[in-house]
Amino acid sequence: MNLSNTAVASETRWQAVCQASDLVADSGVVVWHEGEQVALFYLPERDRQVYALENRDPHSGANIIGRGLVASLQGELVVAAPLYKQHFCLRDGRCLEDPTQALRVWTARLRGGEVELARS
Amino acid sequence: MQATANEAQRARLVIVGNGMVGHHCVEQLIERGASARFELHVFAEERQRAYDRVHLSEYFTGSCAETLALSDRDYYASNGVHLHLGEAVVDIDRERQEVITAEGRLGYEQLILATGSYPFVPPIEGSSGNARLVYRTLEDLDAIRAAAGSARRGVVVGGGLLGLEAANALKSLGLQAHVVEFAPRLMPVQLDSEGGAALKARIEALGVGVHLARATQSISTGEHYRYRMNFEGGEHLETDLIVFSAGIRPQDALGRTCGLTIAPRGGVVIDGQCRSSDPRIFAIGECASWNGSAFGLVAPGYAMARNLAALLMGESASEFSGADMSTKLKLLGVDVGSIGDAQGVTPGARSYRYIDEATASYRRLVVDASGKRVLGAVLVGDNSYYDTLLQYAQNGIKLPADPAALILPQGCGAPALGADALPDSATICSCHNVSKGAVCAAIDSGCGDLAAVKACTKAASGCGGCAALLKHVFEHELSARGVTVDKSLCEHFAYTRQELYGLVRVEGIRTFNELLERHGKGQVGCAICKPAVGNILASCWNQPIMDPALVPLQDTNDTFMANMQKNGTYSVVPRIPGGEITPEKLIVIGQVAKKYDLYTKITGGQRIDLFGAQLHELPLIWGELIAAGFETGHAYGKSTRTVKSCVGSTWCRYGVQDSVAMALRLEDRYKGLRAPHKLKFAVSGCTRECAEAQSKDIGVIATDKGWNLYVCGNGGMRPRHAELFATDLDDETLVRLIDRVLMFYIRTADKLQRTSVWREGLEGGLDYLKQVVIDDSLGLARELETQMQQVVDRYECEWANALGDPEKLKRFRTFVNDHRADPDVHFVRERGQRRPAAPLQLIPTHEEAM
Repeated sequence: MNLSNTAVASETRWQAVCQASDLVADSGVVVWHEGEQVALFYLPERDRQVYALENRDPHSGANIIGRGLVASLQGELVVAAPLYKQHFCLRDGRCLEDPTQALRVWTARLRGGEVELARS
Repeated sequence: MQATANEAQRARLVIVGNGMVGHHCVEQLIERGASARFELHVFAEERQRAYDRVHLSEYFTGSCAETLALSDRDYYASNGVHLHLGEAVVDIDRERQEVITAEGRLGYEQLILATGSYPFVPPIEGSSGNARLVYRTLEDLDAIRAAAGSARRGVVVGGGLLGLEAANALKSLGLQAHVVEFAPRLMPVQLDSEGGAALKARIEALGVGVHLARATQSISTGEHYRYRMNFEGGEHLETDLIVFSAGIRPQDALGRTCGLTIAPRGGVVIDGQCRSSDPRIFAIGECASWNGSAFGLVAPGYAMARNLAALLMGESASEFSGADMSTKLKLLGVDVGSIGDAQGVTPGARSYRYIDEATASYRRLVVDASGKRVLGAVLVGDNSYYDTLLQYAQNGIKLPADPAALILPQGCGAPALGADALPDSATICSCHNVSKGAVCAAIDSGCGDLAAVKACTKAASGCGGCAALLKHVFEHELSARGVTVDKSLCEHFAYTRQELYGLVRVEGIRTFNELLERHGKGQVGCAICKPAVGNILASCWNQPIMDPALVPLQDTNDTFMANMQKNGTYSVVPRIPGGEITPEKLIVIGQVAKKYDLYTKITGGQRIDLFGAQLHELPLIWGELIAAGFETGHAYGKSTRTVKSCVGSTWCRYGVQDSVAMALRLEDRYKGLRAPHKLKFAVSGCTRECAEAQSKDIGVIATDKGWNLYVCGNGGMRPRHAELFATDLDDETLVRLIDRVLMFYIRTADKLQRTSVWREGLEGGLDYLKQVVIDDSLGLARELETQMQQVVDRYECEWANALGDPEKLKRFRTFVNDHRADPDVHFVRERGQRRPAAPLQLIPTHEEAM
């Protein structure tokens, strides 16, 4: 499992997954990407605007992360899982309540009105 | 002596009687590890295991034998105690050391009598059947209930503590209640004549007839009612049933037949160790007589049980040395308190009295000849003075310069006795004998909140009368240890919900970001403050929650206007006001459920829940429901849920008002109202209360003159009976009072605080709430009504609003780039419907963040 979210530009293969207009400000949506469910969070007011995480909540086993509430805790941007309320860092997928749990992350960017993802 | 004996070596200890004291003795024994030393047998005449007799009248207002029970069903068995219910001990063979029941004999090494007392019924000619009921056991109450079925009026003979409880029971059965007392005042033991007069005035104001200084000579057939009570002097009173509550007598029959020494006024004579004249036999509670008196309260009986358990276990036990008969009660909803020498009979005693005839309140403070110590007190109408006065009396605390200040109306700067003034030996909870020192020790051993202190010390878990004092001591001790109670909402707002509500309203703030910029920290907020602020904004301005600025604030249920279930699918609940639905609409729900294959279940709130919808199906389902005339049921919101109702006077032979029409009116008015937590209502068409209104936040029960309003009840995890707030209201007044109560709650409650908890935390309690809402003591009434009207006027169905806006519907897509459904959602069929497949890994829910 790769927890790093730092893209290495030269080796990165970007893929468009949806329109920027599909995103909901300060909130999440979900895309189907290469057989997987990816939750996209859009924070238009921040330096980094788009985050992409695995949609499956490891605690409930349900695909619900994209429907969680975006928050900031101790300076970290997080999403609260809607069923049992664990917090996952948008940056690296780490679970604040349970260090053994983490969500996979993708590198994401806005480019030409589209959202692009890459696995580095 | 602590070595565990094996079965054969255990001595047999038999307890006769399974009332409150007998049960407490078993608890105390088990706590001390008695099961290892004794083979314990308990014999009970009643079929029901020990129950709470102090709150017996609640049997008519919703409690049942099970909720009144003092222990879990398997408590005795799981602790190895043999409980013989419905098996009365009929004799004791002291020579052979055996108890005799209808089933046979059982030997004992030691025997404890805890047989309690029986009601005294004076011999009166013509007294039998429904004219000779008593009020002591659940069976007695069943007999009263049966007699009340065909009755209009009921009389209680006896104006003491139990008599007034019985009158309350008759009243809650819907009878016109009367109290007949032989003495010239009510509660002659606990009150003086002025106190008795104030209590009489208050009780009469509640519609209960009070007849003092009346001796009933005979009972004959009545003209207008079934019976006629003929009083000495020629007067009479007619009634359909008569309950005798003219005092209790120790149940000492067993002691008498087996030849134990009996006191002249009844009761098995015991010494300070609760030992009878036979050293192997002990007696505790109301069947015992110590120093010539029997004690008719539970606290002295508990003290005996505690001392005896310690003695039998070989611990150093304190001797029973009499009991403090101070008592604090709510009789027919009226506060009554009596402390120590209430009548001022101590030589040289002097009294201060405060008499308020306007509200029928009375307080008396009895001090000693030196004027330095409290000897006793009488309180009628307001028990908020009780705790302080009791501490002065019990701990011999020196009186302030002006003792009268202790009973003058608060607000005149009365010096309340702070928790710091109490010595460590001060008794906080007299039911469980918990001192202030024990509370402090619990805090030092790590009890960080009030619930933990209660669990650790048992304080406030008996009669509950000391709850306020315990809280006071707890908070004081915490701050004395330098622990400040941080009331900040979260790391982003150093304010409570109440304070944020005030800021939003006063400054006209309409968005989360505006509030965060002006009064918060950081730029994003969190899962605590975002939903809380979203909720405040909705309560204040009632904008549609799907407005773009509000969407990111909502937790998932509000965001998608449906309730997420464990597999990530949603349930859908259309509003069915008052539980009334046409066949046409019922068919539509069935058709929709069938079309989308939704698991269908009737809810406790008289509506229908449809489970298993995926995100992208929600707009389709709601499109069909709205086309058929349904609206959203707000089952997902911290908001008005349902108004449950019975069919009322339209159909029911007992109904006195149209409860369905009132339920529809209330549900239509308050639907969509967002509050600190969910709100449940109910309207019952008569006193039989089929809609269970007394377990709701707002409960309405019809009377033949209008409506009685109950507030702040709760079912669920921590049930609480709603309290009677106002009586015989017309429709308009009812709605106005509900407007005010709810808006006051919305303004002042903490986040996620139900009305029940809010009410318990209100300084001044129910009386304060009445002052604010009914008497308008804060001058807020008009403002509260206006705010409620604004919310009502701005109502619109959130689902109808969302369906009309393609932008808002964009969110309702399982995948924004693909039309497939979530391939990981699997169902299996069970009992003809589908349910989530494969048990998901479940994690216990911690504090719900929304």
